[in-house]
Amino acid sequence: MKAESRRKKRLDRSIKVRTEGLYALSSWAEILYLVLPRAVLIFGLLLIPLFLDMYWRRVICAAGIYALLALGFDFLAEFVGLVCLGGAFFIGAGGYISGLLNAYAGWPPFVCIPIATLSGAVISTLILVPALRLRGIYFAIASFMFPLFAVYIIIALSAFGGTEGISALDTLPNQWSEIYLILGVVLISLFGLRRLVNEDMGLILRGIKDNDQAVRASGISITAYKIKAVFIASLMGCFGGAYLSHLYGWLGISLFGMDFSILPIAATVMGGMGTLAGGVLGALILTPLSEALRGFGQLRVVLYCFILLLFIVYKPEGFLSYFQRKYHQFEVWEEV
Amino acid sequence: METEALLHVDKISKAFGGVNAVSEVSFTLKRGEVLGVIGPNGSGKTTLVNLITGFVRPDRGRVYFKGKEITGMPPHKIANLGLTRTFQVMRPYHSLPAFKNLIIPLNAPRVRKTRGGKLGDVDAVAIDILEEIGFERDARVPYKPAGSLPLGYLKRLELGRCIALRPEVIICDEILSGLSMSEITGLLPLLERLQMDGISLVMIEHRLRELFRLADRVIVLSFGQKIADGTPEEVMENQEVKKAYLGREKKR
Repeated sequence: MKAESRRKKRLDRSIKVRTEGLYALSSWAEILYLVLPRAVLIFGLLLIPLFLDMYWRRVICAAGIYALLALGFDFLAEFVGLVCLGGAFFIGAGGYISGLLNAYAGWPPFVCIPIATLSGAVISTLILVPALRLRGIYFAIASFMFPLFAVYIIIALSAFGGTEGISALDTLPNQWSEIYLILGVVLISLFGLRRLVNEDMGLILRGIKDNDQAVRASGISITAYKIKAVFIASLMGCFGGAYLSHLYGWLGISLFGMDFSILPIAATVMGGMGTLAGGVLGALILTPLSEALRGFGQLRVVLYCFILLLFIVYKPEGFLSYFQRKYHQFEVWEEV
Repeated sequence: METEALLHVDKISKAFGGVNAVSEVSFTLKRGEVLGVIGPNGSGKTTLVNLITGFVRPDRGRVYFKGKEITGMPPHKIANLGLTRTFQVMRPYHSLPAFKNLIIPLNAPRVRKTRGGKLGDVDAVAIDILEEIGFERDARVPYKPAGSLPLGYLKRLELGRCIALRPEVIICDEILSGLSMSEITGLLPLLERLQMDGISLVMIEHRLRELFRLADRVIVLSFGQKIADGTPEEVMENQEVKKAYLGREKKR
Protein backbone atom coordinates (compact mmCIF):
# COMPACT_ATOMS: atom_id res chain seq x y z
CA MET A 1 0.00 0.00 0.00
CA LYS A 2 1.24 3.41 -0.94
CA ALA A 3 -0.08 5.17 2.15
CA GLU A 4 1.70 2.86 4.53
CA SER A 5 5.10 3.07 2.91
CA ARG A 6 5.69 6.56 4.16
CA ARG A 7 4.80 8.57 7.21
CA LYS A 8 4.78 12.16 8.33
CA LYS A 9 7.71 13.33 10.37
CA ARG A 10 7.64 16.58 12.33
CA LEU A 11 10.80 18.62 12.63
CA ASP A 12 11.34 21.66 14.80
CA ARG A 13 12.17 24.78 12.89
CA SER A 14 15.59 26.11 14.03
CA ILE A 15 15.29 25.19 17.70
CA LYS A 16 18.02 27.59 18.87
CA VAL A 17 15.94 30.68 18.36
CA ARG A 18 13.16 29.17 20.42
CA THR A 19 14.95 28.49 23.69
CA GLU A 20 13.20 30.25 26.49
CA GLY A 21 14.40 33.72 27.39
CA LEU A 22 17.69 33.54 25.54
CA TYR A 23 17.71 34.22 21.83
CA ALA A 24 20.68 33.34 19.71
CA LEU A 25 19.75 35.43 16.73
CA SER A 26 22.08 35.15 13.82
CA SER A 27 20.15 36.67 10.96
CA TRP A 28 17.34 39.00 10.04
CA ALA A 29 15.40 35.96 8.94
CA GLU A 30 15.44 34.61 12.48
CA ILE A 31 14.46 37.94 13.99
CA LEU A 32 11.62 38.16 11.52
CA TYR A 33 10.64 34.58 12.35
CA LEU A 34 10.21 35.55 16.01
CA VAL A 35 8.71 38.98 15.53
CA LEU A 36 6.37 38.25 12.64
CA PRO A 37 3.48 36.61 14.53
CA ARG A 38 3.43 39.38 17.13
CA ALA A 39 3.74 42.08 14.50
CA VAL A 40 0.90 40.61 12.46
CA LEU A 41 -1.31 40.57 15.55
CA ILE A 42 -0.45 44.10 16.69
CA PHE A 43 -0.56 45.80 13.31
CA GLY A 44 -3.50 43.69 12.20
CA LEU A 45 -5.51 44.83 15.21
CA LEU A 46 -4.49 48.46 14.81
CA LEU A 47 -5.14 48.58 11.05
CA ILE A 48 -8.41 46.65 10.84
CA PRO A 49 -10.63 49.60 11.94
CA LEU A 50 -9.37 51.68 9.00
CA PHE A 51 -11.05 49.33 6.57
CA LEU A 52 -14.39 49.00 8.31
CA ASP A 53 -17.53 51.10 8.29
CA MET A 54 -19.04 52.58 11.43
CA TYR A 55 -21.22 49.61 12.24
CA TRP A 56 -18.46 47.04 12.07
CA ARG A 57 -16.10 49.25 14.02
CA ARG A 58 -18.66 49.08 16.81
CA VAL A 59 -18.60 45.32 16.50
CA ILE A 60 -14.82 45.31 16.88
CA CYS A 61 -15.23 47.44 20.03
CA ALA A 62 -17.58 44.80 21.46
CA ALA A 63 -15.14 42.09 20.40
CA GLY A 64 -12.44 43.90 22.37
CA ILE A 65 -14.57 43.65 25.50
CA TYR A 66 -15.06 39.94 24.98
CA ALA A 67 -11.32 39.62 24.33
CA LEU A 68 -10.57 41.19 27.74
CA LEU A 69 -12.96 38.76 29.39
CA ALA A 70 -11.42 35.85 27.49
CA LEU A 71 -7.95 36.94 28.65
CA GLY A 72 -9.15 37.04 32.24
CA PHE A 73 -10.83 33.66 31.95
CA ASP A 74 -7.81 32.02 30.34
CA PHE A 75 -5.44 33.57 32.89
CA LEU A 76 -7.49 32.40 35.87
CA ALA A 77 -8.31 28.96 34.48
CA GLU A 78 -4.98 27.95 33.00
CA PHE A 79 -2.50 29.77 35.19
CA VAL A 80 -4.21 29.86 38.59
CA GLY A 81 -6.60 26.92 38.36
CA LEU A 82 -9.71 29.01 39.04
CA VAL A 83 -12.40 28.34 36.44
CA CYS A 84 -14.34 31.56 36.67
CA LEU A 85 -17.74 31.56 34.98
CA GLY A 86 -18.62 34.96 36.41
CA GLY A 87 -17.28 37.20 33.65
CA ALA A 88 -20.67 38.94 33.51
CA PHE A 89 -20.22 40.09 37.07
CA PHE A 90 -17.08 42.01 36.14
CA ILE A 91 -18.87 43.66 33.22
CA GLY A 92 -21.88 44.49 35.35
CA ALA A 93 -19.86 45.89 38.24
CA GLY A 94 -17.69 48.05 36.00
CA GLY A 95 -20.60 49.12 33.82
CA TYR A 96 -22.94 50.08 36.65
CA ILE A 97 -20.32 51.98 38.63
CA SER A 98 -19.12 53.95 35.64
CA GLY A 99 -22.64 54.57 34.31
CA LEU A 100 -24.02 55.64 37.69
CA LEU A 101 -21.12 58.00 38.33
CA ASN A 102 -21.78 59.51 34.94
CA ALA A 103 -25.56 59.72 35.34
CA TYR A 104 -25.74 60.96 38.93
CA ALA A 105 -22.47 62.77 39.51
CA GLY A 106 -22.12 63.95 35.94
CA TRP A 107 -18.46 63.03 35.70
CA PRO A 108 -17.11 62.56 32.17
CA PRO A 109 -16.37 59.02 30.90
CA PHE A 110 -12.60 59.39 31.04
CA VAL A 111 -12.92 59.97 34.80
CA CYS A 112 -15.66 57.38 35.38
CA ILE A 113 -13.98 54.55 33.49
CA PRO A 114 -10.73 54.43 35.54
CA ILE A 115 -12.64 54.82 38.82
CA ALA A 116 -15.11 52.11 37.83
CA THR A 117 -12.29 49.82 36.69
CA LEU A 118 -10.53 50.06 40.02
CA SER A 119 -13.51 50.08 42.37
CA GLY A 120 -15.34 47.44 40.32
CA ALA A 121 -12.31 45.18 40.54
CA VAL A 122 -12.07 45.73 44.29
CA ILE A 123 -15.76 44.86 44.74
CA SER A 124 -15.61 41.82 42.43
CA THR A 125 -12.51 40.54 44.20
CA LEU A 126 -14.02 41.03 47.66
CA ILE A 127 -17.16 39.16 46.59
CA LEU A 128 -15.12 36.28 45.20
CA VAL A 129 -12.82 36.02 48.23
CA PRO A 130 -15.07 33.64 50.21
CA ALA A 131 -15.28 31.38 47.14
CA LEU A 132 -11.49 31.23 46.69
CA ARG A 133 -11.24 28.33 49.11
CA LEU A 134 -13.25 26.26 46.66
CA ARG A 135 -11.55 24.32 43.93
CA GLY A 136 -12.45 23.14 40.47
CA ILE A 137 -16.13 22.87 39.68
CA TYR A 138 -17.21 24.32 43.02
CA PHE A 139 -15.50 27.61 42.35
CA ALA A 140 -16.98 27.61 38.85
CA ILE A 141 -20.51 27.19 40.22
CA ALA A 142 -20.05 29.81 42.92
CA SER A 143 -18.67 32.35 40.45
CA PHE A 144 -21.53 31.61 38.03
CA MET A 145 -24.05 32.59 40.72
CA PHE A 146 -22.84 36.13 41.32
CA PRO A 147 -24.13 37.76 38.09
CA LEU A 148 -27.57 36.17 38.60
CA PHE A 149 -27.53 37.32 42.19
CA ALA A 150 -26.77 40.90 41.12
CA VAL A 151 -29.52 40.90 38.47
CA TYR A 152 -32.20 39.78 40.91
CA ILE A 153 -31.10 42.30 43.53
CA ILE A 154 -31.40 45.08 40.97
CA ILE A 155 -34.83 43.84 39.81
CA ALA A 156 -36.14 43.24 43.32
CA LEU A 157 -35.07 46.63 44.67
CA SER A 158 -35.77 48.49 41.41
CA ALA A 159 -32.39 50.04 42.13
CA PHE A 160 -30.24 51.83 39.54
CA GLY A 161 -33.02 52.09 36.98
CA GLY A 162 -34.36 48.59 37.69
CA THR A 163 -35.24 46.55 34.63
CA GLU A 164 -35.30 49.63 32.41
CA GLY A 165 -31.72 50.61 33.11
CA ILE A 166 -30.45 54.15 32.63
CA SER A 167 -29.99 55.59 29.18
CA ALA A 168 -28.42 58.72 27.67
CA LEU A 169 -25.07 58.27 29.37
CA ASP A 170 -22.18 60.24 27.93
CA THR A 171 -20.30 58.45 25.22
CA LEU A 172 -16.66 58.73 24.30
CA PRO A 173 -15.74 61.74 22.16
CA ASN A 174 -15.53 59.98 18.81
CA GLN A 175 -15.35 56.57 17.20
CA TRP A 176 -11.60 56.60 16.77
CA SER A 177 -10.98 57.16 20.46
CA GLU A 178 -13.56 54.47 21.18
CA ILE A 179 -11.95 51.79 19.07
CA TYR A 180 -8.31 52.56 19.78
CA LEU A 181 -8.92 52.79 23.52
CA ILE A 182 -10.23 49.24 23.68
CA LEU A 183 -7.70 47.82 21.20
CA GLY A 184 -4.87 49.47 23.13
CA VAL A 185 -6.09 48.04 26.42
CA VAL A 186 -6.49 44.58 24.87
CA LEU A 187 -2.93 44.64 23.52
CA ILE A 188 -1.46 45.95 26.77
CA SER A 189 -3.36 43.34 28.79
CA LEU A 190 -2.35 40.54 26.44
CA PHE A 191 1.36 41.31 26.46
CA GLY A 192 1.31 42.27 30.14
CA LEU A 193 -0.24 38.95 31.10
CA ARG A 194 2.11 36.98 28.88
CA ARG A 195 4.97 38.62 30.70
CA LEU A 196 3.40 38.18 34.12
CA VAL A 197 2.89 34.42 33.80
CA ASN A 198 6.62 33.95 33.34
CA GLU A 199 7.63 36.24 36.19
CA ASP A 200 8.04 34.90 39.72
CA MET A 201 4.45 35.78 40.53
CA GLY A 202 3.23 33.86 37.50
CA LEU A 203 5.32 30.86 38.52
CA ILE A 204 3.75 30.91 41.97
CA LEU A 205 0.27 31.09 40.43
CA ARG A 206 1.05 28.17 38.13
CA GLY A 207 2.41 26.33 41.16
CA ILE A 208 -0.92 26.88 42.91
CA LYS A 209 -2.67 25.33 39.93
CA ASP A 210 -0.37 22.30 39.88
CA ASN A 211 -0.14 21.67 43.61
CA ASP A 212 -1.50 24.20 46.05
CA GLN A 213 -0.52 22.18 49.13
CA ALA A 214 3.15 22.30 48.17
CA VAL A 215 2.91 26.07 47.68
CA ARG A 216 1.49 26.42 51.19
CA ALA A 217 4.26 24.21 52.57
CA SER A 218 6.70 26.52 50.76
CA GLY A 219 5.65 29.39 52.99
CA ILE A 220 3.46 31.20 50.50
CA SER A 221 -0.10 32.23 51.23
CA ILE A 222 -2.16 30.86 48.36
CA THR A 223 -5.14 33.01 49.27
CA ALA A 224 -3.10 36.19 48.93
CA TYR A 225 -1.89 35.17 45.49
CA LYS A 226 -5.32 34.02 44.34
CA ILE A 227 -6.72 37.38 45.43
CA LYS A 228 -4.07 39.18 43.39
CA ALA A 229 -4.85 37.03 40.36
CA VAL A 230 -8.60 37.56 40.64
CA PHE A 231 -7.99 41.28 41.01
CA ILE A 232 -5.98 41.36 37.79
CA ALA A 233 -8.68 39.45 35.90
CA SER A 234 -11.46 41.61 37.30
CA LEU A 235 -9.56 44.80 36.41
CA MET A 236 -9.76 43.76 32.78
CA GLY A 237 -13.40 42.71 33.04
CA CYS A 238 -14.46 45.85 34.89
CA PHE A 239 -12.68 48.04 32.40
CA GLY A 240 -14.63 46.24 29.69
CA GLY A 241 -17.90 46.87 31.52
CA ALA A 242 -17.19 50.52 32.21
CA TYR A 243 -16.21 51.03 28.60
CA LEU A 244 -19.31 49.20 27.41
CA SER A 245 -21.71 51.44 29.28
CA HIS A 246 -20.17 54.48 27.58
CA LEU A 247 -19.96 52.73 24.23
CA TYR A 248 -23.72 52.29 24.10
CA GLY A 249 -24.53 55.20 26.43
CA TRP A 250 -26.74 52.87 28.38
CA LEU A 251 -26.66 50.58 31.39
CA GLY A 252 -29.06 47.86 32.37
CA ILE A 253 -29.36 44.36 33.71
CA SER A 254 -28.20 42.85 30.43
CA LEU A 255 -24.69 43.92 31.50
CA PHE A 256 -24.92 40.94 33.85
CA GLY A 257 -26.11 38.78 30.93
CA MET A 258 -24.97 35.24 30.31
CA ASP A 259 -23.31 36.26 27.01
CA PHE A 260 -20.48 37.86 28.95
CA SER A 261 -19.85 34.67 30.88
CA ILE A 262 -20.18 32.22 28.01
CA LEU A 263 -18.81 33.83 24.87
CA PRO A 264 -15.35 34.50 26.35
CA ILE A 265 -15.11 30.84 27.31
CA ALA A 266 -16.11 29.75 23.83
CA ALA A 267 -13.54 32.16 22.42
CA THR A 268 -10.80 30.83 24.71
CA VAL A 269 -11.52 27.19 23.97
CA MET A 270 -11.66 27.95 20.28
CA GLY A 271 -8.38 29.86 20.32
CA GLY A 272 -6.60 27.53 22.69
CA MET A 273 -6.58 27.36 26.47
CA GLY A 274 -3.38 28.64 28.01
CA THR A 275 -2.25 30.61 24.99
CA LEU A 276 -3.79 33.93 26.13
CA ALA A 277 -3.63 35.29 22.58
CA GLY A 278 -5.97 32.49 21.48
CA GLY A 279 -8.85 33.92 23.46
CA VAL A 280 -8.30 37.37 21.96
CA LEU A 281 -8.37 35.98 18.42
CA GLY A 282 -11.33 33.78 19.28
CA ALA A 283 -13.27 36.81 20.50
CA LEU A 284 -12.36 38.73 17.35
CA ILE A 285 -13.83 35.91 15.27
CA LEU A 286 -16.83 34.93 17.36
CA THR A 287 -18.19 38.41 18.06
CA PRO A 288 -18.47 39.48 14.41
CA LEU A 289 -19.88 36.05 13.62
CA SER A 290 -22.51 36.39 16.30
CA GLU A 291 -23.26 39.91 15.01
CA ALA A 292 -23.73 38.57 11.51
CA LEU A 293 -26.21 36.08 12.93
CA ARG A 294 -28.09 38.70 14.93
CA GLY A 295 -31.32 37.69 13.23
CA PHE A 296 -31.34 34.43 15.15
CA GLY A 297 -31.74 36.20 18.50
CA GLN A 298 -31.22 33.98 21.53
CA LEU A 299 -30.33 31.06 19.26
CA ARG A 300 -26.88 32.66 19.09
CA VAL A 301 -26.11 31.22 22.52
CA VAL A 302 -26.85 27.82 21.01
CA LEU A 303 -24.33 28.63 18.32
CA TYR A 304 -21.59 29.48 20.85
CA CYS A 305 -22.29 26.29 22.70
CA PHE A 306 -22.16 24.36 19.45
CA ILE A 307 -18.82 25.89 18.46
CA LEU A 308 -17.54 25.21 21.97
CA LEU A 309 -18.61 21.59 21.67
CA LEU A 310 -17.06 21.14 18.23
CA PHE A 311 -13.72 22.50 19.40
CA ILE A 312 -13.72 20.52 22.65
CA VAL A 313 -14.37 17.30 20.76
CA TYR A 314 -12.38 17.76 17.57
CA LYS A 315 -9.68 20.36 18.31
CA PRO A 316 -9.29 20.56 22.09
CA GLU A 317 -5.94 22.33 21.75
CA GLY A 318 -7.60 25.27 19.93
CA PHE A 319 -6.70 26.81 16.60
CA LEU A 320 -3.89 29.02 17.89
CA SER A 321 -1.96 26.11 19.39
CA TYR A 322 -2.52 24.30 16.10
CA PHE A 323 -1.13 27.15 14.01
CA GLN A 324 1.68 27.68 16.50
CA ARG A 325 2.73 24.10 16.02
CA LYS A 326 2.50 24.44 12.27
CA TYR A 327 4.59 27.59 12.45
CA HIS A 328 7.33 26.16 14.65
CA GLN A 329 7.51 22.76 13.04
CA PHE A 330 7.43 21.54 9.52
CA GLU A 331 6.35 18.16 8.33
CA VAL A 332 8.11 16.00 5.81
CA TRP A 333 7.12 12.69 4.37
CA GLU A 334 9.65 10.02 4.98
CA GLU A 335 9.89 6.50 3.66
CA VAL A 336 9.28 3.82 6.25
CA MET B 1 9.98 23.68 78.72
CA GLU B 2 13.57 22.69 78.06
CA THR B 3 15.60 25.30 76.21
CA GLU B 4 16.85 22.93 73.53
CA ALA B 5 13.36 21.75 72.62
CA LEU B 6 12.81 23.01 69.09
CA LEU B 7 9.49 21.38 68.43
CA HIS B 8 7.20 20.25 71.18
CA VAL B 9 3.95 18.42 70.55
CA ASP B 10 1.65 18.21 73.53
CA LYS B 11 -1.13 15.62 73.66
CA ILE B 12 -2.33 16.24 70.16
CA SER B 13 -5.53 14.49 68.98
CA LYS B 14 -7.57 14.30 65.82
CA ALA B 15 -10.58 12.16 64.99
CA PHE B 16 -12.05 11.71 61.55
CA GLY B 17 -15.71 10.82 61.94
CA GLY B 18 -15.29 8.75 65.09
CA VAL B 19 -11.99 7.17 64.10
CA ASN B 20 -9.20 8.41 66.30
CA ALA B 21 -6.48 9.02 63.73
CA VAL B 22 -4.14 10.51 66.32
CA SER B 23 -4.87 10.46 70.01
CA GLU B 24 -2.93 12.19 72.74
CA VAL B 25 0.44 12.00 71.02
CA SER B 26 3.24 14.00 72.65
CA PHE B 27 6.88 14.25 71.73
CA THR B 28 9.77 16.68 71.72
CA LEU B 29 12.34 17.30 69.02
CA LYS B 30 15.66 18.72 70.15
CA ARG B 31 17.82 20.95 67.98
CA GLY B 32 20.03 18.97 65.63
CA GLU B 33 18.23 15.73 66.33
CA VAL B 34 16.89 13.19 63.85
CA LEU B 35 13.63 11.78 65.13
CA GLY B 36 12.12 8.75 63.44
CA VAL B 37 8.38 8.15 63.45
CA ILE B 38 7.37 4.61 62.59
CA GLY B 39 4.21 2.57 62.79
CA PRO B 40 2.11 0.16 60.76
CA ASN B 41 -0.07 1.40 57.89
CA GLY B 42 -2.91 3.60 59.08
CA SER B 43 -1.34 4.33 62.43
CA GLY B 44 -1.69 8.09 61.95
CA LYS B 45 1.81 9.09 60.90
CA THR B 46 0.85 11.33 58.01
CA THR B 47 -2.04 12.80 59.99
CA LEU B 48 0.49 13.69 62.68
CA VAL B 49 2.55 15.58 60.08
CA ASN B 50 -0.56 17.37 58.84
CA LEU B 51 -1.46 18.35 62.40
CA ILE B 52 1.98 19.75 63.17
CA THR B 53 2.37 21.68 59.91
CA GLY B 54 -1.08 23.22 60.00
CA PHE B 55 -2.69 21.36 57.11
CA VAL B 56 -5.20 19.78 59.49
CA ARG B 57 -6.47 21.48 62.63
CA PRO B 58 -6.15 19.32 65.74
CA ASP B 59 -9.23 18.61 67.91
CA ARG B 60 -7.19 18.86 71.08
CA GLY B 61 -3.59 19.41 72.06
CA ARG B 62 -0.97 22.00 71.27
CA VAL B 63 2.12 22.36 69.12
CA TYR B 64 5.02 24.61 70.10
CA PHE B 65 7.84 25.60 67.78
CA LYS B 66 10.82 27.41 69.31
CA GLY B 67 8.74 27.96 72.43
CA LYS B 68 5.93 29.67 70.52
CA GLU B 69 2.55 28.08 70.11
CA ILE B 70 1.74 27.34 66.48
CA THR B 71 -1.43 25.27 66.93
CA GLY B 72 -4.00 26.16 64.29
CA MET B 73 -1.72 28.51 62.36
CA PRO B 74 -2.02 28.29 58.56
CA PRO B 75 0.65 26.14 56.84
CA HIS B 76 2.39 29.01 55.07
CA LYS B 77 2.94 30.88 58.35
CA ILE B 78 4.35 27.77 59.98
CA ALA B 79 6.65 27.24 56.99
CA ASN B 80 7.84 30.83 57.31
CA LEU B 81 8.83 30.18 60.91
CA GLY B 82 11.21 27.52 59.65
CA LEU B 83 9.18 24.34 60.07
CA THR B 84 8.57 22.71 56.72
CA ARG B 85 7.64 19.34 55.32
CA THR B 86 7.80 17.07 52.30
CA PHE B 87 4.82 15.25 50.89
CA GLN B 88 4.39 11.52 50.66
CA VAL B 89 2.88 11.71 47.18
CA MET B 90 5.27 13.57 44.92
CA ARG B 91 3.37 16.15 42.96
CA PRO B 92 5.90 18.61 41.54
CA TYR B 93 4.76 21.61 39.55
CA HIS B 94 4.92 19.33 36.57
CA SER B 95 4.62 21.91 33.82
CA LEU B 96 7.58 23.93 35.11
CA PRO B 97 11.25 23.08 34.57
CA ALA B 98 12.73 21.46 37.67
CA PHE B 99 14.67 24.52 38.83
CA LYS B 100 11.62 26.78 38.45
CA ASN B 101 9.98 24.65 41.13
CA LEU B 102 12.35 26.21 43.63
CA ILE B 103 11.47 29.75 42.57
CA ILE B 104 8.24 29.34 44.52
CA PRO B 105 9.75 28.77 47.99
CA LEU B 106 12.47 31.31 47.15
CA ASN B 107 9.70 33.91 47.00
CA ALA B 108 8.50 33.13 50.51
CA PRO B 109 8.67 36.03 52.99
CA ARG B 110 11.13 34.03 55.11
CA VAL B 111 13.65 33.85 52.28
CA ARG B 112 13.17 37.48 51.34
CA LYS B 113 13.84 38.45 54.94
CA THR B 114 17.01 36.40 55.33
CA ARG B 115 18.31 37.70 52.03
CA GLY B 116 17.62 41.28 52.97
CA GLY B 117 14.67 41.70 50.67
CA LYS B 118 16.83 41.30 47.58
CA LEU B 119 16.78 38.04 45.75
CA GLY B 120 19.19 38.86 42.97
CA ASP B 121 19.33 36.18 40.33
CA VAL B 122 16.76 33.73 41.68
CA ASP B 123 17.29 31.26 38.86
CA ALA B 124 20.97 30.98 39.77
CA VAL B 125 20.14 30.43 43.45
CA ALA B 126 17.67 27.71 42.45
CA ILE B 127 20.25 25.96 40.26
CA ASP B 128 22.80 26.18 43.09
CA ILE B 129 20.41 24.47 45.49
CA LEU B 130 19.67 21.73 42.96
CA GLU B 131 23.38 21.12 42.48
CA GLU B 132 23.84 20.90 46.23
CA ILE B 133 21.25 18.17 46.46
CA GLY B 134 22.53 15.91 43.73
CA PHE B 135 21.36 17.33 40.43
CA GLU B 136 24.96 18.05 39.47
CA ARG B 137 25.56 14.72 37.77
CA ASP B 138 23.65 15.77 34.69
CA ALA B 139 23.62 19.46 33.92
CA ARG B 140 20.50 19.20 31.78
CA VAL B 141 18.24 17.75 34.44
CA PRO B 142 17.39 21.06 36.19
CA TYR B 143 15.99 22.37 32.90
CA LYS B 144 13.75 19.40 32.19
CA PRO B 145 10.04 19.63 33.02
CA ALA B 146 9.62 18.42 36.59
CA GLY B 147 6.83 16.08 35.48
CA SER B 148 9.30 14.06 33.42
CA LEU B 149 11.83 13.38 36.21
CA PRO B 150 12.27 9.93 37.76
CA LEU B 151 11.15 9.38 41.34
CA GLY B 152 14.63 9.70 42.81
CA TYR B 153 14.98 13.22 41.43
CA LEU B 154 11.45 14.10 42.49
CA LYS B 155 12.26 13.20 46.09
CA ARG B 156 15.37 15.37 45.90
CA LEU B 157 13.35 18.15 44.35
CA GLU B 158 10.86 17.84 47.20
CA LEU B 159 13.72 18.15 49.69
CA GLY B 160 15.14 21.03 47.66
CA ARG B 161 11.82 22.83 47.95
CA CYS B 162 12.20 22.60 51.73
CA ILE B 163 15.90 23.50 51.78
CA ALA B 164 15.22 26.63 49.72
CA LEU B 165 13.32 27.98 52.71
CA ARG B 166 16.41 27.55 54.93
CA PRO B 167 14.30 25.81 57.54
CA GLU B 168 15.21 24.70 61.03
CA VAL B 169 13.08 21.58 60.91
CA ILE B 170 12.15 19.42 57.94
CA ILE B 171 9.50 16.77 58.40
CA CYS B 172 10.10 14.10 55.76
CA ASP B 173 6.99 12.07 55.00
CA GLU B 174 8.28 8.74 53.64
CA ILE B 175 11.07 10.29 51.64
CA LEU B 176 12.74 6.90 51.14
CA SER B 177 9.73 4.81 50.22
CA GLY B 178 9.36 3.72 46.62
CA LEU B 179 13.04 4.24 45.87
CA SER B 180 15.47 1.64 44.64
CA MET B 181 18.37 0.61 46.87
CA SER B 182 20.84 2.67 44.84
CA GLU B 183 18.61 5.72 44.99
CA ILE B 184 18.36 5.33 48.75
CA THR B 185 22.12 5.06 49.19
CA GLY B 186 22.34 8.25 47.16
CA LEU B 187 19.79 10.07 49.29
CA LEU B 188 21.04 9.05 52.77
CA PRO B 189 24.26 11.15 52.66
CA LEU B 190 22.16 14.15 51.72
CA LEU B 191 19.98 13.67 54.79
CA GLU B 192 23.10 13.27 56.93
CA ARG B 193 24.49 16.48 55.52
CA LEU B 194 21.30 18.33 56.32
CA GLN B 195 21.66 17.15 59.89
CA MET B 196 25.26 18.38 59.98
CA ASP B 197 24.10 21.74 58.67
CA GLY B 198 22.05 21.99 61.84
CA ILE B 199 18.67 21.13 60.39
CA SER B 200 16.60 18.89 62.66
CA LEU B 201 14.71 16.15 60.90
CA VAL B 202 11.53 14.28 61.68
CA MET B 203 11.42 11.22 59.46
CA ILE B 204 8.25 9.26 58.87
CA GLU B 205 9.47 5.98 57.46
CA HIS B 206 8.64 2.40 56.60
CA ARG B 207 12.25 1.59 55.78
CA LEU B 208 13.37 0.70 59.27
CA ARG B 209 16.92 -0.39 58.50
CA GLU B 210 17.85 2.90 56.82
CA LEU B 211 15.92 4.94 59.36
CA PHE B 212 17.65 3.31 62.32
CA ARG B 213 21.00 4.25 60.80
CA LEU B 214 20.05 7.91 60.76
CA ALA B 215 17.74 8.40 63.70
CA ASP B 216 18.87 9.46 67.16
CA ARG B 217 15.51 8.61 68.60
CA VAL B 218 12.40 6.84 67.36
CA ILE B 219 8.75 7.05 68.36
CA VAL B 220 6.27 4.36 67.40
CA LEU B 221 2.63 4.93 66.58
CA SER B 222 -0.06 2.29 66.54
CA PHE B 223 -3.75 3.05 66.00
CA GLY B 224 -3.03 6.73 66.56
CA GLN B 225 -1.31 6.26 69.90
CA LYS B 226 2.31 6.54 70.82
CA ILE B 227 3.39 3.15 72.11
CA ALA B 228 7.13 3.63 72.36
CA ASP B 229 9.77 6.35 72.47
CA GLY B 230 13.50 5.74 72.69
CA THR B 231 16.71 4.98 70.85
CA PRO B 232 16.40 2.67 67.85
CA GLU B 233 17.80 -0.21 69.93
CA GLU B 234 15.36 0.31 72.77
CA VAL B 235 12.43 0.53 70.40
CA MET B 236 13.37 -2.65 68.58
CA GLU B 237 13.41 -4.56 71.85
CA ASN B 238 10.06 -3.15 72.95
CA GLN B 239 7.43 -5.89 73.26
CA GLU B 240 4.52 -3.65 72.34
CA VAL B 241 6.25 -2.55 69.17
CA LYS B 242 6.84 -6.15 68.17
CA LYS B 243 3.18 -6.88 68.77
CA ALA B 244 2.04 -3.91 66.73
CA TYR B 245 4.24 -4.88 63.82
CA LEU B 246 3.59 -8.59 63.95
CA GLY B 247 -0.13 -8.01 64.44
CA ARG B 248 -0.62 -10.25 67.46
CA GLU B 249 -2.49 -7.55 69.22
CA LYS B 250 -6.11 -8.42 70.00
CA LYS B 251 -8.61 -7.04 67.52
CA ARG B 252 -10.50 -4.09 68.90
